[in-house]
Amino acid sequence: MRFLFFLIILFLSTNNLFSAETSSKSMPKHEWSFKGITGTFDRSAVQRGYKVFREVCSGCHSMNLLYYRDLLDIGFSEDQIKAIASEYTVMDGPNDEGEMYERPAKLADRFVDPYSNEQEARISNNGSYPPDLSVITKARKYGVDYIYNLLIGYTDAPNDFEIGEGMYYNEWMEGNQLAMAQPLDDEYVDYDDGTNNSLPQLAEDVVTFLAWSAEPELEVRKKLGIRAILFFVVIGFLFYFVKIRLWKNIN
Amino acid sequence: MRNSSDSKKYKNSFLNWIEFRLPIVSYIEKEYVDYPMPKNCNYFWSFGAMATIILIVLIVSGIFLAMNYTPHTEMAFNSVERIMRDVNYGWLLRYMHSNGAAFFFIIVYIHILRGMYYGSYKYPRELNWILGVFIFLLMMATAFLGYVLPWGQMSYWGATVITNLFSAIPIVGDGIKTWILGDYTVGNATLNRFFALHYVLPFVILGIVGLHVAAVHVHGSNNPSGIEIKSNQDSVKFFPYMLVKDTIATCVLGVIISIVIFFGPNLMAEVDNYIPANPLVTPSHIVANWYLAPFYAILRAIPDKLGGVLLMFSAIFILFVLPWLDTSKTRSCNFRPIYKWFMMLFFINFFVLGYVGMMPAEGLYLLVARIGLVYYFVFILILTPLIGKIEKPQTLPASISDTY
Repeated sequence: MRFLFFLIILFLSTNNLFSAETSSKSMPKHEWSFKGITGTFDRSAVQRGYKVFREVCSGCHSMNLLYYRDLLDIGFSEDQIKAIASEYTVMDGPNDEGEMYERPAKLADRFVDPYSNEQEARISNNGSYPPDLSVITKARKYGVDYIYNLLIGYTDAPNDFEIGEGMYYNEWMEGNQLAMAQPLDDEYVDYDDGTNNSLPQLAEDVVTFLAWSAEPELEVRKKLGIRAILFFVVIGFLFYFVKIRLWKNIN
Repeated sequence: MRNSSDSKKYKNSFLNWIEFRLPIVSYIEKEYVDYPMPKNCNYFWSFGAMATIILIVLIVSGIFLAMNYTPHTEMAFNSVERIMRDVNYGWLLRYMHSNGAAFFFIIVYIHILRGMYYGSYKYPRELNWILGVFIFLLMMATAFLGYVLPWGQMSYWGATVITNLFSAIPIVGDGIKTWILGDYTVGNATLNRFFALHYVLPFVILGIVGLHVAAVHVHGSNNPSGIEIKSNQDSVKFFPYMLVKDTIATCVLGVIISIVIFFGPNLMAEVDNYIPANPLVTPSHIVANWYLAPFYAILRAIPDKLGGVLLMFSAIFILFVLPWLDTSKTRSCNFRPIYKWFMMLFFINFFVLGYVGMMPAEGLYLLVARIGLVYYFVFILILTPLIGKIEKPQTLPASISDTY
């Protein structure tokens, strides 16, 4: 029994390890459709989020790990995606004459980068390199909540704060300043489905899209998880009763 | 010379055919069916079985991951993400593998601490303990190598920090470091060899696990009372009595590990490892895998690089001689009124070391790490031999069935 006590301590202390590095200011939590045991991505939110990404974020940020075909997952039809992809051009080749040529993007192409290389990205962004957004919600502490708060967290710098040349104040950024100007504001993107396009709504939608792009397997994973846990619970109880009967005869 | 009438003992003629040519059937019967287990063994004796199962799950999932992984600095990160996105159930393979490794350490730590608390390392099971420490060492090496493979920021910088430790060795240090890396810095040559080694070491571990199990079966398992089996009254057959307990324990583990794999697969991962490795950008602080953190804390507690490295390695190597440092004849801490409490403190101390190993090495954390480090060594090197001499153990029960 004493040992059990230590087992509990072990799990408590490892839990502490995970949440160990809390900063002085805690990250406000937002309600997400995909959180929780049975959470799923709100398809229309992901689609709206993709529109925000396409019209705003993708001007500077790449999304290298996604293919246009991946958009099938979030409810776009094949024709819609073909139309979207054909707006971008990719370099292909060489053809039979040995020439490289440009052609419209297809379903099997990766999302086209806004810049042809890192140097071009830097020179266009005041020396900063906009990070790839494919797995951004997994690559930042507090994930989706962090990105959401960052997007709505642009304010004027306090008087005593010395802000760098070409930098913008944001209370959620490490060091409180970043090179990205406020990317979204009320009515920056027009939604086709008439959803209110206020800043918090735009931010929520685009973060939902980013969460999907980082973890496209989330829904399948959670569904399978419930089955896996049930499997072990049922088998475990079965063997528990077997054990009780079996051991009854031992003293 | 065996004659064929010897091996007519099984009803199944196929088993007899095998048995006559290779007596593996009677071996399995002896070691895994009739094998006597002390009947007072609690669920802490299931952690060895659970560790073996996890090892096999890791090896199998690892083989499938390797089929889809590309060990090249330009492609490794993307190939891992391709596994997550485009390989059928690739995300499951990878999350099973990464979280399975973490659980392997949790299970093995409990297994080791159980061995320490109940004195399982004492005569006649010293060699068993030594083999176990070898497994633990290889596990740490394998986990480190595996952590490098996704080629994220923490992979790259973790590899840089750890391989840099070797350069602390006087005279030959830099040569050894270059030899390990295959280059002057962590690069493609490093990634290639780390992949090769990460593939082969688990099979070495599996081999030593085989020896570890064979060795424990010679004198039988220890038990919470720390006394030997004296009669049939004291023991139960492994099959089905212990197997059913191991199965229950495995199901509990299955529930816990499923919660993590399916509902929080990145809880135990560092977010920085989802950023591709970049030799030009150093992460704000480089942290060890949390399951190696206690030793990382010892490493950083010493201001001198060579001293830290030596102390970290001696913290593990010291375990090899633990059976000879312990002067007490009584195995189980249940009957050792003084040592028991220092043992408990040692456990707590180990977790505290792990905690500070995850924090920046400064201020209070550094102080706590130093106190923890001193206790770690004082406990093993001074308290263990000393208390064994002065402590009066309680009277041991006459037999296992008396305590059950």
